[in-house]
Amino acid sequence: MSASTEQRSATISVLVENEAGVLARVIGLFSGRGYNIDSLTVAPVEADGRRSRITIVTSGTEMVIEQIKAQLDRLVPIHKVSDLSQEGPYLARELALIKVVGTGEKRIEALRIADAFRARVVDASIESFVFEMTGATDKLDAFLELMRPLGLAEVSRTGIVAIARGPKTI
Amino acid sequence: MTADAMAPGAEIVLRALKAQGVEVIFGYPGGAVLPLYDALFQQNHIRHILVRHEQAAVHAAEGYARSTGKVGCVLVTSGPGATNAVTGLVDALMDSIPIVCLTGQVPTHLIGNDAFQEADTTGITRPATKHNYLVKRSEDLARTVHEAFYVARSGRPGPVVIDLPKDIQINPAPWTEAPETPHRSYRPQTEPDAGAIGQAIALLKGARRPVVYTGGGVINSGPEASALLVEFVRMTGFPCTNTLMGLGAYPAGDPQFLGMLGMHGTYEANLAMHGCDVMLNIGARFDDRVTGRLNAFSPDSRKIHADIDPSSINKNVPVDVPIVGDAAAVLRALIAAWKADKTKPDARALAQWWKQIDAWRAVDCLKFTQDTKPGSIIKPQYALRRLYEITRELGRETFITTEVGQHQMWAAQYLGFQKPNHWMTSGGLGTMGYGLPAAMGVQIAHPDALVVDVAGEASTLMNIQELGTLAQYRLPVKVFILNNEYMGMVRQWQELLHGSRYSESYSAALPDFIKLAEAFHGKGLRATSVDQLDAVIREMLATDGPVIADICVDPKENCFPMIPSGAAHNEMLLGPGQARSGAAVTDAGLVLV
Repeated sequence: MSASTEQRSATISVLVENEAGVLARVIGLFSGRGYNIDSLTVAPVEADGRRSRITIVTSGTEMVIEQIKAQLDRLVPIHKVSDLSQEGPYLARELALIKVVGTGEKRIEALRIADAFRARVVDASIESFVFEMTGATDKLDAFLELMRPLGLAEVSRTGIVAIARGPKTI
Repeated sequence: MTADAMAPGAEIVLRALKAQGVEVIFGYPGGAVLPLYDALFQQNHIRHILVRHEQAAVHAAEGYARSTGKVGCVLVTSGPGATNAVTGLVDALMDSIPIVCLTGQVPTHLIGNDAFQEADTTGITRPATKHNYLVKRSEDLARTVHEAFYVARSGRPGPVVIDLPKDIQINPAPWTEAPETPHRSYRPQTEPDAGAIGQAIALLKGARRPVVYTGGGVINSGPEASALLVEFVRMTGFPCTNTLMGLGAYPAGDPQFLGMLGMHGTYEANLAMHGCDVMLNIGARFDDRVTGRLNAFSPDSRKIHADIDPSSINKNVPVDVPIVGDAAAVLRALIAAWKADKTKPDARALAQWWKQIDAWRAVDCLKFTQDTKPGSIIKPQYALRRLYEITRELGRETFITTEVGQHQMWAAQYLGFQKPNHWMTSGGLGTMGYGLPAAMGVQIAHPDALVVDVAGEASTLMNIQELGTLAQYRLPVKVFILNNEYMGMVRQWQELLHGSRYSESYSAALPDFIKLAEAFHGKGLRATSVDQLDAVIREMLATDGPVIADICVDPKENCFPMIPSGAAHNEMLLGPGQARSGAAVTDAGLVLV
């Protein structure tokens, strides 16, 4: 293995036993060892609720990312660790709920842009909209940038979920 | 007991412990574990050893585990019982010692209410353990205990905590046998990949300046791994060095043994590591105490690293051939592959390499001068050399534990370990106060053996209350204090790095160790000059009970060789009167520990 200092971003999917404290273990591992968490999402993914999937976006040198994967893999309740960014093409998406408050021209402009970005209106009042938008992180970022002068008031984002393209599974 | 039989939780726990082979448990009672203590009272399978502080319970279990190869078991109460145990747990985590620690907890309905003696034990011990559990449902109880033992001893061993709320200990719980099916998620790889073994053999056969460097993983793998290591090293003719945790895996005194490596390792071991062209690391983790400055560590070698923990590989040092597997399995595979491969190693290059190593050996880096005139001050190295020689004369099975500091490094340098599992020391965490309780645990496991805690006067005071435990159980542990009236390693660093400003490192107001031993129903001895030393050692060894031997040694003595922090293996400081190959400590080195 090379000791290159070049940083890369990694999107890691982790299949875990859905038990108390498992998320704390993962987060504690990252904070305790000084690794970055750029994004982290978690939810149960099996019908019986026994397993959850955590998607972590992190960054570091190749050695650090390999170390992160090995450290995750040795946690007792972890079933599988998969570095999506290393194992072929994959999809990464995030969902955002975006509240824009305003009236008049700005309100109309916001709606028009939302339409162009395929954001859905999920709540509306006389002076506000809540848009729901799904997409790659940069698309969400671009939309938020455009909303800023139009009365962007509040954002709630899920962080990234990701999955490999094609028939391969974790 | 049938699968659906119910019994109070505490009884189920003890049955599970028995099923897991537990014979001894080290602990201290309290409100939240009263049901477990009541169940202990009513059975005869498991012996309970009452310690005087929960930290000592864990160290005792570590000594027990490391000297037997079994899982050590601990029982403490909630709140302060659990928090006191944390240092021991981290110690076991750093040194990969299998421990199961049962902690009491307030009843489930009070958890989170800041109840009396409540602490978030699973939260506090999460980074202090390999894994931990909070049992909230009686039906999970037996399964959890079985699983905890599996986790503690499998793969890279480590400590596991089971937090047991008081109502779970009281309420009826179903009994279940240990499962025979593999664990649902934790299945460490033990058999090495054949391809990696092939690559390793190709490198090793072509090596001109090889070195075998092994650590605690070989000890943890069991005595067979040490036997295989000896077979492999003899078969190849390669030089072998051990880490602090790995001492005993390869017999000291063997011509192919270079001694310990690292910060206070031998000149020949460190220079062999620096100058080798192929390094075979088995069960060691390229710890900073071993590597010195990373960017100057063994610059010209191809590295093979075998470890049961994949996260130890490529963590500090990038390697060329990673091998995931148990040390014994790896060695077995290497031996078979070495024999099967018909390539002849370069015998001439190897002979040349040995010639070089012998030249380094001739420096005699562990040389010291002891004035033997009566009345002369005792050199700590000499005290240990005599301890070693006299115990060898007696021929008794001998276990050594240590505290942490100079005396620990001298013990590693001067006591030649012949067998695995006879040397217990706090390597990773460096816990002062480890040695006395660890010696207790060793002595419980080996009642007829000689167990010596090589101590410093400062360290041993950190768990000195355990003299009470020694007295209660008539454990004939010998506490051999190299008393230099200083926290010696702190003093040494202050001398070398901080202008001899001995800030707070003097052991002021020391107790009279003879009276202290006597107050705890033991024997106290003292040697203040070299002519008294042998008699004190002999009397200590002849005494059938706990002894403190207060060996007053030269307070100014420093531990050499030394690789200063931030320096490389070839920048070692040698002792006074010997040529210094080393450089002074740099500013970058000063921030390192």
